[in-house]
Amino acid sequence: MSKTLLMQGNKAVAEGAVAAGAEFFGGYPITPSTEIAEELSALLPTIGGTFIQMEDEIAGIGVALGASLTGKKVMTATSGPGFSLKQELIGYAALAEIPIVIVNVQRVGPSTGQPTAPAQGDVMQARWGTHGDHPIIVLTPASVPECFRLTVRAYELSEKYRTPVILLMDEIIGHMREKVQLPAYDSIPKPERKKPLGPPEEYRAYSGAQTDLVPPMAAFGQGRRWHVTGLIHDEYGFPDGSGKATQELLDRLFAKINNHLDDIVETEEYRLDDADFALVAYGGTARAAYAAVDLARAEGVKAGLLRPITIWPLAEKQLKALGGQVKHIIVAEMNRGQYVLEVERTVAGRCPVTLYAKCNNEAIAPAELLAALQKAKQHTGGA
Amino acid sequence: MFMEQLIEKYFRPGRLPHIWCPGCANGIITGALVKAIYRTGLDKDNIAVVSGIGCSSRASGYLDFNTVHSAHGRALPFATGIKLAAPQMTVIVITGDGDAAAIGGNHFIHAARRNIDLTVLLYNNNTYGMTGGQYSPLTPTNSKASTAPYGTVDRPFDLAALARGAGATFAARGSAFHAPMLVDLILSGIRHKGFSLVEAVASCPISYGRQNKLGDAPAMLKWQRDHAVPAAAYEKLNDEQKADKFPIGVLHQADAPEYTEEYAKIIARARKEGGH
Repeated sequence: MSKTLLMQGNKAVAEGAVAAGAEFFGGYPITPSTEIAEELSALLPTIGGTFIQMEDEIAGIGVALGASLTGKKVMTATSGPGFSLKQELIGYAALAEIPIVIVNVQRVGPSTGQPTAPAQGDVMQARWGTHGDHPIIVLTPASVPECFRLTVRAYELSEKYRTPVILLMDEIIGHMREKVQLPAYDSIPKPERKKPLGPPEEYRAYSGAQTDLVPPMAAFGQGRRWHVTGLIHDEYGFPDGSGKATQELLDRLFAKINNHLDDIVETEEYRLDDADFALVAYGGTARAAYAAVDLARAEGVKAGLLRPITIWPLAEKQLKALGGQVKHIIVAEMNRGQYVLEVERTVAGRCPVTLYAKCNNEAIAPAELLAALQKAKQHTGGA
Repeated sequence: MFMEQLIEKYFRPGRLPHIWCPGCANGIITGALVKAIYRTGLDKDNIAVVSGIGCSSRASGYLDFNTVHSAHGRALPFATGIKLAAPQMTVIVITGDGDAAAIGGNHFIHAARRNIDLTVLLYNNNTYGMTGGQYSPLTPTNSKASTAPYGTVDRPFDLAALARGAGATFAARGSAFHAPMLVDLILSGIRHKGFSLVEAVASCPISYGRQNKLGDAPAMLKWQRDHAVPAAAYEKLNDEQKADKFPIGVLHQADAPEYTEEYAKIIARARKEGGH
């Protein structure tokens, strides 16, 4: 039975994990993500799942990856400093193709920064934080209901593409309380990773010969004994030092994501149909952007919003189209300008792209974005 | 069972020869592990072997179980996750002195504290062999290393004592020279319910041995023969006699609640009470 509740964003993540069938959480306390761990420590044992608080952030993701190898859907959650500590094993999960959902509730950095204040300074770290080239999927919720929905979606993508998925939140969304209507959990299809068929002795844990380039994954302890390593490996998982193996494995890892962008990349458009001026905003900042669009429209500025929900991989198709449609794009973010560079690169001169940035512990307000839109209109000259 | 048959049963076809240097004791220790596993009679499908990074940690790739060659120092978190999520599995950790006692030291003491049912087989070659012989937390003081050309200042851990202090309920030490005894110790470690440490004194003639002029591979094994003393006899030695000796055998054994069994009780309670 569905139920309507007043709920915090972090709790909605915990509920989303349970709804998606998650059975394991490993983590370490850190503000402003701790409520996710607290909620799951209570929820998971009631469904036969396991919660463990580990000795540090690295162990938090390591224990979850171990559990994932037994076939469980797993989560770890953290914030800024902890996200930095988890980076090595995020790369391990990407290379060894171990599904996991990693939540990062962003706070002001660098270093200890401002633990209880909002920021969006980990956008590039979420993309490139671990060493080496690797694909990654990153989702950004902008409301409490979306915390729930995107947590479930993160499991779908993680299991389907056998990849780590990062749920990149910010303190605004994590600590905000909103009305959320939760569906009956048994009505939510449980994401399942592709299971191997055929004789166990022929199992190849990393064979990409299948059409979608995602190899089936055997659970430990169920008859298919295979080898997991962070080294470049062959189709069976055994180390292979050849240049050919390196090229082929990395090509497949990228292609399994890049060949499915239409499935993976999700954006939302708000009043963009006839817009001349566009805001691009994600996460907590998008909330001010909706309001700013309405305020601007009331002032005679034909404004709209493109909200990346999947922020990695980049919504290149949508951003290019937007660049061809509007006269000016303003990217609003709570950092010193990270996503804006990607938007600028993608729009490639089709229209001007400017940044509205703020990083002083405060959320961006609608009036600030309204002023930015009005200024853009003045510069464009009367449109 | 002869070693040839054990290799056929427990080593993956086509994965040998191993990468270890001539004279390295890691093969003896890995052989002792499969002999112990054979004696348990356990099904291969039900065994996970998890390693970190380093010379010894390469063993996981040769062995025909559910195997993980994890990241440097992180074997214990991965192993803990496997054991918690699949408590019916037997989980064995292969690690080295640098992997377990330096970069993975925090995980080591906390896994011991939880008394989770893992068996840690630690190949102690007193050095970082794979990177060319730098000093580890188990390198004896005043040893030469590629990062200690004037000798080491650091004092080494007594790992068995560390494990015991941290809450481990089984701690043993064996050596490559005393291979049959090492098989017994590993077997006892696997059979023990709770966190078990089996430190296996290895030898690295190519790097640690050469830098410290300890002779060739047989000479280093003979050193183990001449300096290892059974635990009971070791206790009777005075401090002077103990100075250049080390005890082998079961050094600590105790009973304490095992983590996954205790967590199963939490699950039962939470289900009965229907949440918080």
